[in-house]
Amino acid sequence: MTNSWTDIKNTDLVVIMGGNAAEAHPCGFKWVTEAKHHRGAKLIVVDPRFNRSASVSDYYAPIRPGSDIAFLMGVIRWCIENDKVQWDYVRNYTNVGYLVREDFGWQDGMFTGYDEEKRSYDQTSWEYELGEDGYVINDETLEHPRCVWQLLKKHVDVYTPEFVENLCGTPKDRFLKICEMIGETSSPTKTMTSMYALGWTQHSKGSQNIRGMAMLQLLLGNIGVPGGGMNALRGHSNIQGLTDVGLMSNLIPGYLAMPRETEPDFATYMSTRGNKPLRPNQMSYWQNYGKFMVSFMKALWGDKATAENGWGYDWLPKLDIAQYDAMRMFNMMKNGEVNIYFCQGFNPILSFPNRGKMTEAFSKLKLLVVMDPLATETAAFWENHGIYNDVDSASIQTEVLELPTTCFAEDEGATVNSGRWLQWHWAGATPPGEAKTDVWIMSQIYHRIKALYEAEGGKAPEPIMNLSWDYADPEEPTAAELAMELNGRALTTLYDATDPTKVVLEAGKQVSGFGQLRDDGSTMGACWIYAGCFTEDGNMMARRDNSDPSGMGVFQQWSFAWPANRRVLYNRASCDPDGKPWDPSRVLIEWNGEKWVGPDIPDIAVTAKPREVGPFIMNPEGTSRFFSRKLMRDGPFPTHMEPFESPVANPLNPEMRGNPVARVFPDDLATMATSDEFPLVATSYRLTEHFHYWTKHNYVNAVNQPEFFVEISEELAAEKGIKKGGRVRVWSKRGQVWAKAVVTKRIRPLICDGKTVHVVGIPIHWGFKGAARKGFGPNTLGPFVGDANIETPEFKAFLVNIEPASEGLA
Amino acid sequence: MNIDLSRRSFIRLSGAGVAATSLAAMGFQQAEAAEAAHVRDFKLATMTETRNICTYCSVACGIIMYSKGDLAAGEKADLIHIEGDADHPTNKGTLCPKGAALKDYVKAETRLTHPRLRKPGSDRFEQITWDEAFDKIARAVKDDRDANLIEKNADGLTVNRLTTTGYLAASATTNETAWATWKVVRSLGIVGFDNQARV
Repeated sequence: MTNSWTDIKNTDLVVIMGGNAAEAHPCGFKWVTEAKHHRGAKLIVVDPRFNRSASVSDYYAPIRPGSDIAFLMGVIRWCIENDKVQWDYVRNYTNVGYLVREDFGWQDGMFTGYDEEKRSYDQTSWEYELGEDGYVINDETLEHPRCVWQLLKKHVDVYTPEFVENLCGTPKDRFLKICEMIGETSSPTKTMTSMYALGWTQHSKGSQNIRGMAMLQLLLGNIGVPGGGMNALRGHSNIQGLTDVGLMSNLIPGYLAMPRETEPDFATYMSTRGNKPLRPNQMSYWQNYGKFMVSFMKALWGDKATAENGWGYDWLPKLDIAQYDAMRMFNMMKNGEVNIYFCQGFNPILSFPNRGKMTEAFSKLKLLVVMDPLATETAAFWENHGIYNDVDSASIQTEVLELPTTCFAEDEGATVNSGRWLQWHWAGATPPGEAKTDVWIMSQIYHRIKALYEAEGGKAPEPIMNLSWDYADPEEPTAAELAMELNGRALTTLYDATDPTKVVLEAGKQVSGFGQLRDDGSTMGACWIYAGCFTEDGNMMARRDNSDPSGMGVFQQWSFAWPANRRVLYNRASCDPDGKPWDPSRVLIEWNGEKWVGPDIPDIAVTAKPREVGPFIMNPEGTSRFFSRKLMRDGPFPTHMEPFESPVANPLNPEMRGNPVARVFPDDLATMATSDEFPLVATSYRLTEHFHYWTKHNYVNAVNQPEFFVEISEELAAEKGIKKGGRVRVWSKRGQVWAKAVVTKRIRPLICDGKTVHVVGIPIHWGFKGAARKGFGPNTLGPFVGDANIETPEFKAFLVNIEPASEGLA
Repeated sequence: MNIDLSRRSFIRLSGAGVAATSLAAMGFQQAEAAEAAHVRDFKLATMTETRNICTYCSVACGIIMYSKGDLAAGEKADLIHIEGDADHPTNKGTLCPKGAALKDYVKAETRLTHPRLRKPGSDRFEQITWDEAFDKIARAVKDDRDANLIEKNADGLTVNRLTTTGYLAASATTNETAWATWKVVRSLGIVGFDNQARV
C-alpha cells in the first residue's frame, strides 16, 4: 500500500477491482464502511462475480476475467476526452512533457523491438530523449508529438466505450457511469483509493493491470494524497515483510538486486546504479544505493567484509538469468535438475498451477524438507487419497522430512501489514510437543553444515565460514538481536561529513535512520528501509500509543512504518507545487515557509523548497511516470493482452496469444487449451470463512464452509443440466476436479465479441488434510504460466469445461 | 483508583458491584450473600494476557491471547482464548470469522508435534529425533553443494551459485525469522529462493 488501512476513511471514492476486500480483508474493509458513513464516500466494484464487496457497493459492473487493462485504458481515454484531469498535478508531478525517442512506436498491440524467437523486446527505443546537458527534454506545452502526453493520448485512443463493452462484456452504460464517478475525483479536493489484490496480480500481465490503475490515479492527482493511492491489500500476515527482507530469488533486503554474473565485481555492480538525476535539482534517492549495499554486506559478513575484498561481494551467489522463481524451480525439478527442496510454511502442492506437474516434479526430488506448524499436503504429496491425491506411494522415491515449527502464538517478532507497519508481537503459548522456532531450526542447519565443512573441507566454504553469526546464543538468536541487525548500527564512531569534530553516532550505537548509513564500512544495516525500527530509544515496532491528534488515521506513535515511519508514501504530492495542501481539510504535511511540517513524516527533505525538488524522490526524474521507460518487460504503457487461455481473440492482434513476452516452458504450451475444446472461463477466489489452506485444519471454519464447491450462473446450469447443489466434474486440459455446484445469480453470462461467455468461480480452500471434507483447488486445473515481469501464475483467467457428475466417487 | 486492576478484573468487580448494590437496595441482604457465594470468578481474570497480531491476512489485526501460565516467567502457557485488541487502531477489537476462531488454529489436531521421516517408497511417516533430522539435512545439503555448486562460470568469473537445492520461505513468519533464513540460504549459494509473494 502507498497509504494504510486507517487512511481509507479519508477517501471520497473506493474502487475495488482485482480484489474482494469485504470477503478477504473484512476488518480492513471496515475503513471503507467508515468512509461511506462519515464522508459520504461511494464504493464501486468491478468484478466477474457480484461478490461480497459488490453487495455493499454503490455501483457494480461485471467484467470478463483478464480484460482489466482494456477497461482501465478506457477510463483513462474517457477522462482525457472529458478533461477530467488534475492538471496542476499532472503537469508538475508526472513525466507528461518529456520527449520520447523518435524510434519508439506501438502497433498491432505490440511495441517496437519485438523478437518473437526470444519472446522478448529489444527495449532500446523505450526511452526519453536527452538534451546536451544530460537531462530529459521537457515540452511544457505538451504539444510535441513525441511527448509522453501525446503518446499516451494516441495509445489509449482505441479503448472507446464500445471497444470496452465488446471486449470486457461490461455494458456500456455501466462503464460510462463508472467513468463519470471516477472522473469527479480529478478535483484537487476529491480523492479515490484503489484497493486490489490477487485479482490483478494472478494474470500473465498482472503488473500491467496495476500500472493501468496507477496511471489513472496519477491522471486524477490521487497518488500521495490522503484517501488516495494504490493499495495492494496483500495476502499473508507478513508477505510484505518477506518481500522487504528480500526472500525472493532476485532480491537482497530493502529491494536491492541480487548480482548477475555479468557483474563480476562490486565496482561493476555499482557502475549501472549511479542513478544520476534526469532533471535539475532532483534527489534521485537511489544515488545512495552504495551506502545501503555496503551496510548490508557488513551485516552479512561482519569483519570479514573489507574494502579490499569488495565487502565480500564474491561470496554472494550470482544469477545467470533474471530469476530462479518458484515456477522455474518446479520446472527444473520436473526435469530432474533439483535434488533437495525446502518448504518452510508453504504448501506449493496446493498453491502452484498444474497439480499433476507439481506432483511429478516433487516425485523427482531426492529429499524434501517441510517445516510447518500444520500437516500439509506438500509434506504428504506421496500419500494416496483416492481421487483427491491419486498417487502410487511405492513408486515415489523422495525422502521427506517433516519438521514441526511454532506458530505466531508461540514466537516473538515483527510482521509487516499491507500499510508497511512493522508490528511487534510476543509469545504467549508453549509450543506443542517438540515444535521449535524457525530461527532455532535454521541455526541448527547452519551450524551442522558449517561443522561438516570444518571437518571435511569442501567446495567454496568461504560464504559459510564468513557468515556473521554474532549472537549471545548462537543456537537460537533472539528476535531482538535479529531486529537490531535489520535496523543497523555504527561500527566505528561516525563524524559529521562537513564538521569532522562533530560526532553523529558513537561506535556500537543503533542508527536512527537510513540517512546515517555509509559506504565506507563504518556502518552495518541488513535492511536499509527498516532503519529506525530499533534505535537507541528502543524497539519502535513495539510502540502502542494509539493517539491520532490530527484525526487523519496517521497513528505516528503506533508501531513503526517503513520508510522512516512515513505513513503515506509520496505525501509531498498531497500539496500543490507551492507546498499548500490540495485540500486544506485533509492535511498530511505542508510547507510553513521554512520547512515541511504536519502529522506525517514528509516524503522529501524537510527543508527542500517547493518548486525546487519533485515529489517522486526515488525516480531520477523527480516525477512519476505515465511512460515507464524500460522498467517492465511487456511495454512502457499497458496494452490489452488476452489470457493464454481465452474465449476470444485479441482484437488488437488476433495472432497474439497471451502475453507475447511471458515465459512459457516448452512442455507447457501443449497443455494450454483453446475455447473450441474448453469454452468456459474459470477464475479462482477466496472465501471469508477460510484463509488459504490453513483454516481447513480448524474445526470452526471447517464447519462454516465444509465442502469444496464451484459457482456457476443459472444460465450455464440450465444449459448443462446441472442442479443446485448437484455434483459436477470440472476439467481443463491439465486435470479434473469434482465439486458441489453452487448455482447463483452472482455470476451472469457476459457477451464478448458477440459470443456468450460463461464464468466458473473456483474457491481455493480445500485439500486432503485437516478438519474439513476432502476436496480440490483450482491449482489442479490452472495453466503453468506466470506474469511476464514477476512470474505470478495466471489463476484468474483460464479455460475449463463442466458437466453433471454422479454422486459416487469418480 | 490506585489499585492496579487489569481491564478484565475491573469489569468483573464493577459488574458484581452493581448487582450487589441493587440487591441491597431492595432489602435482599441474604440474597446478596447467597448470590456472592455462587458467582464464579471471571475465568479470564486469572489468565496471562499477551499482545499479538493475527497470523492470517495482512490487515494484521491486533489480538489479545489469554493463557493459563506465564511464558515470560518461565512457566508453561496453555492458550485458552483469543480476542480482538480494542486498543488496536486498525481493527479496534473486531475480528473476522477467521480471526474469531484463531485459537483453534493454534490448537488444531493436525498441528505437527515431532520430526518425522518418510522413507523412499514408503506409505507412512515415522517419528525421528531432531538430531537425526539435522544430520540428514546437513549431510544431504553438503553433498549436493559439493557436487553441484557452480563456483565459476564458463568465463572463469566467480558465481558461487547452487541451483540443485531450492528453498521456499514462509510469509507468515516474522521479519527476524526471515533475516536468519536469508543468511543461511544465501550463504549456501541457493538462488531458487522465494516466498508466497510469488503466488
